[in-house]
Amino acid sequence: MRLLLYIVPGIALIALAFWAYSENYETQKSLQNVRDLQRQIGAEHATLAILKAEWAYLNRPERLRDLANMNFSALGLLPLMPHHFAGVDQVGYPPEDLGPLDGTITLMSETLP
Amino acid sequence: MIRTPLRPLARILDARQKGENPDAIERENIRIRHEEMRDAARRRAEGRLVVLAGFFLAAFGVVALKMGSMAAVQPIEPRAYVDGNPIVAQRADIVDRNGRILATNLSTYALYAQPPHMIDKADAARKLVEIFPDLDEERLLKDFSGPRKFLWIKKKVSPEQRQLVHDIGDPGLLFGPREMRLYPNGRLAAHILGGASFGREGVSSAEVIGVAGVEKAMDDTLRDPSRGGAPLELSIDMTVQTAMREVLHGGMRLMNAKGAAGVLMDIHTGEILSMVSLPDFDPNDRPRPLTEGDAADSPLFNRAVQGVYELGSTFKIFTVAQAMELGMVGPDTMVDADAPMKWGRHTIREFQNKNYGPLLSVTDVIVKSSNIGTAKMALQIGPTRQKEFLSKFGVFEPTPVELIEAAGSAPLVPPKWSEIVTITASYGHGFSASPLHLATAYASLLNGGTRVSPTLIKSAHVPQGERLVGERVSRAAAQMLRKVVLDGTASFGRVPGYEVGGKTGTANKPIKGGRGYHQDKNINTFASVFPTDDPSYVLIVTLDEASDNSGQTPRRTAGWTAVPVAAEVIRRTAPLLGLRPKIEPLTASGVTLASD
Repeated sequence: MRLLLYIVPGIALIALAFWAYSENYETQKSLQNVRDLQRQIGAEHATLAILKAEWAYLNRPERLRDLANMNFSALGLLPLMPHHFAGVDQVGYPPEDLGPLDGTITLMSETLP
Repeated sequence: MIRTPLRPLARILDARQKGENPDAIERENIRIRHEEMRDAARRRAEGRLVVLAGFFLAAFGVVALKMGSMAAVQPIEPRAYVDGNPIVAQRADIVDRNGRILATNLSTYALYAQPPHMIDKADAARKLVEIFPDLDEERLLKDFSGPRKFLWIKKKVSPEQRQLVHDIGDPGLLFGPREMRLYPNGRLAAHILGGASFGREGVSSAEVIGVAGVEKAMDDTLRDPSRGGAPLELSIDMTVQTAMREVLHGGMRLMNAKGAAGVLMDIHTGEILSMVSLPDFDPNDRPRPLTEGDAADSPLFNRAVQGVYELGSTFKIFTVAQAMELGMVGPDTMVDADAPMKWGRHTIREFQNKNYGPLLSVTDVIVKSSNIGTAKMALQIGPTRQKEFLSKFGVFEPTPVELIEAAGSAPLVPPKWSEIVTITASYGHGFSASPLHLATAYASLLNGGTRVSPTLIKSAHVPQGERLVGERVSRAAAQMLRKVVLDGTASFGRVPGYEVGGKTGTANKPIKGGRGYHQDKNINTFASVFPTDDPSYVLIVTLDEASDNSGQTPRRTAGWTAVPVAAEVIRRTAPLLGLRPKIEPLTASGVTLASD
């Protein structure tokens, strides 16, 4: 009985020592992983900054204007004029109800003088 | 425990036989027992003291070890708990009001040499000159062979150049990481951004400092690490700035001007949406300031902020506004405008010696730009009140805009505000201010009459400023400016779909270092506001020495030069600013049934 009392804590101690040992290594591995990820994030941030700068450079208004001028006719562009803007209330919608189309039809332009 | 009896029978009987007192034995035994008890208690107490001392020793030992380790060990980054890891550049980006990048950082490398570690110095120098043609081979070789242990060769190298230097393979040629300021839009907002260069330099890093413009004025903010790399948002709108620069550039060439400036300002907040000064420069490759000649001829000169000019008739509206504010006149009051006007030994004339008088309505004084009409009104107002009124609009002190150049460009104001100054100031002569001053003053007058402060920083909410004129006066002034465009000197300012109002100003340039004015060199200004039924934006366009040569004789007035350019700017920018043009609705096409 007394022997058991000595052996059980002894085994428990050794087991805990193994556990602590492995936990220590796990922790170190995790920290290493975190450090790698941080480095990777840092590198990605640096890449992102370069890409943003490049995006801004490629989208500079001067270049876009030149591109628009080059492709003006190919894309069927038009110079922007104030009369190209309109509110919804300025759109000439057709009247809602036309009624049955069974009589003679006169175009509006024909009735105008 | 076996206790020894106090009166052991054997010894008692023995003592009785010998006739001794048996009590002595008992006393002796009690004494021995007490001594044993005392010794045991002392031992226990001593043991406890030792244990206690051990505890204290251990506790203080732990404290001492911790202190020792904290003092001796290198600090390490707490790696286990960092959320996110934004690599914060040492200088924040600058973006426009919609978040488009105006200035950012790019990591690059600086090339330096350690001559003691170099192997083939002559070969390295020759190959370096092949890569960087601007270097001098002899000079390099001299530096490499001399006693120097360290020298910078190039402050910024591109990745391709870096690879070429690597290919030389000399161990004495080394690279230090650098952060470089990049302005992807080139010349677009050159005068606003200014530029940046390196401050203190080390091998592994270098300080990037602003040298002009916003970069210098906001240097501390841009380098503040507590902002966490948040970009600095300017009030500039990049698309508007582009349109304005393009139109001004074209206008400057068409009108044969040597310079142009434009300021577009939000009338209620004082935010500058676009500010252009031409000629301009590339902030990525900032030119050196001129060492001789007129600083105003350098492309670095910001005409919109640093160019203090006599802005001419554009200031007439302030005289009229003050007269209306004081209740002296209304828009339709007839005032004396009989030309020419004699004041002491001075004669005040109208443009081309015309005479609009003898009587002219206040609105027509502005529409026809009558010098005499405003001069007479100014004399009624008086010098003291006039100076006070104008100073409230901020035209006598440097603008508080966030540019390093602004503080140094104070308007030129005569030291003594005499009556002749009152007369000339009423039509914008005799004192000088920058186009930005004019924009601020117009915004303050036309936004309903409260003072605004010009700013280049995007602001979410701007408190209403001090009231300078009543709303009624502000509205009347806007209507008069509208009349100038409809029937007056600025008829080229009509823009289909938008109600533009404005006032022209043509001033002869003063002769440098002499008295009097050039007859054929003008500063032409058009100060405009749109739309006049609900004033939202103020646009100032200034052309330097412009002349329209399309007619028989060169025309140098603002109405022929600055106004058409400003109208084109408004036509291009107003839709970008989200202003809807007023267009008549199309008639609905449809069919009518004959049977109806």
